[in-house]
Amino acid sequence: MTATTYESGARAFVRLYSALFRLAIIEQFQYRAANYFYMIGMVTEPIIYLVVWSTVAEARGGDVGGLTPGAFAAYYIVWTLVRNMNIVFTPFGWEQRIREGQLSGQLVRPLHPIHYDIGYFAGWKIVVIVLWIPLAIVLSLIFQPELDPTVIQAAAFFVAIWGAYLIRTLLLWMLGMVTFWTTRITAAFEVFFAAELLLSGRLVPMRLMPDWVQTVAGYLPFESTFGFPITALVGPVTNEELIRGLLTQALWIGIGVAGVSIMWRRAVRNYTAVSG
Amino acid sequence: MRLALTFLRINVMNELQYRANFFLQVLESVVALATGLIVLSLIFAQTDALDGWTRPQLLAVLGVFTMVGGVIKFAIEPNMARIMSDIREGTFDYVLTKPVDSQLFVSVRQFRLWQLTDVIVGAAVVVWAVVTSDGSEQGSVTGGGVALGFFVSLFAGSLMIYCVWLILTTGAFWFVRMEMLEELFTGLYRAGQYPVGIYPGWLRAALTFLIPIGFAVTVPSEALTGRLTWSRLALAVGFVVLLMAVTRTVWSWGVRNYSGASA
Repeated sequence: MTATTYESGARAFVRLYSALFRLAIIEQFQYRAANYFYMIGMVTEPIIYLVVWSTVAEARGGDVGGLTPGAFAAYYIVWTLVRNMNIVFTPFGWEQRIREGQLSGQLVRPLHPIHYDIGYFAGWKIVVIVLWIPLAIVLSLIFQPELDPTVIQAAAFFVAIWGAYLIRTLLLWMLGMVTFWTTRITAAFEVFFAAELLLSGRLVPMRLMPDWVQTVAGYLPFESTFGFPITALVGPVTNEELIRGLLTQALWIGIGVAGVSIMWRRAVRNYTAVSG
Repeated sequence: MRLALTFLRINVMNELQYRANFFLQVLESVVALATGLIVLSLIFAQTDALDGWTRPQLLAVLGVFTMVGGVIKFAIEPNMARIMSDIREGTFDYVLTKPVDSQLFVSVRQFRLWQLTDVIVGAAVVVWAVVTSDGSEQGSVTGGGVALGFFVSLFAGSLMIYCVWLILTTGAFWFVRMEMLEELFTGLYRAGQYPVGIYPGWLRAALTFLIPIGFAVTVPSEALTGRLTWSRLALAVGFVVLLMAVTRTVWSWGVRNYSGASA
């Protein structure tokens, strides 16, 4: 490969991503009402957790494991943004992609199809974040979060939410690609999502979990996609923990990229064999 | 009533063809229940009572929540989804040509049989909770009244959810795109997993009268845990009668407004 083709390759890459960004922003902004309703439905989940744990904290005279109602409020309000960053192409969608032949079209495109998903959903996130801001303000006025991040924490949070987005995209791609071999996979999806709920920090801050659960979660990618970004902003967290968390995210991104490319290569071979 | 039974039979026969879905549904119910139980154990690792509700009492709430959720997914949600798709695609015309009452007809067309697993799982949890339960409050319903209060409020509560959902669905006559309604409702229903008393006042009011989860889940749970008073039960029954009248009015107003897709 000569230097010039490589350069234009990189430029094409940037062009593709910015086109997907624009497309997603324009498309999804049209559905702002639908996006909003979806968000309001979603917001009840953290409000429930927040109310329950605030009630427990008050019953114990002010805190649970060092978390006051204000700290819970901060945790679960930041939760709403992180939850939105966690929305990626669903593994349930693969069956449709394969059955309706959308995939065949994607195969002839010059770039790996995952780029189209990453680009499109990332553009959608911009719309989501814009719509999220007023919601966050209302929630903050109601629940009075104690949130006082340092500049370093805020910077780490900004990187971490996009890291979380990438990890979850890669994970769910791997899970979804199992559909190439069998379509009776819905049960596995259910179990995966339940494990994720419990071990990611989505249900409760991980430090309220028993020690052994925290140990198990340390070996799994879920906390990198949910609990870590929240803790990065809400604290309490040391700079060393922030660096370790970001490195862990990088590690999971590496594992995810490797896993997706290996599975994808095999899946495509399998796919052509079926239709051939 | 005969109409409902006929539709039910057709749907049952249809679903019996897909028995694999049954096991999937059982798994889903078990996963949901396990998650609920884990949350309860996390809460009660930290405290003895949540806003005065002890562990067996919250277990009863979880059971009722699962049961009513099963009823919603078995009978309410599939019918409402069908109404919306009919209005969007214009096939609602056929509903109006049927010689039966349109509100009755659209409410009993679709059933998802396997969702009844949630009702059974929920009922089992309720029984477990009642067996391990501890005493009742002064002035509350006791003895045979517990069963009466439980079933009456459970039935009334489910009817209320049906009414509110149908009223919102009627909105589809004006704003065709309403798919997010289901998403919104499922999201809000989750709040019923805990007694509405723990929520701040404004939210409690909304969850009682706007989205009647308070009546549908909390009141039957109160009956089970010896907290229900006769006056509260009467309030629930009165509210459901009122709500049904409102639903009826809104529905006929919506139907009049329907102009057909081909017009």
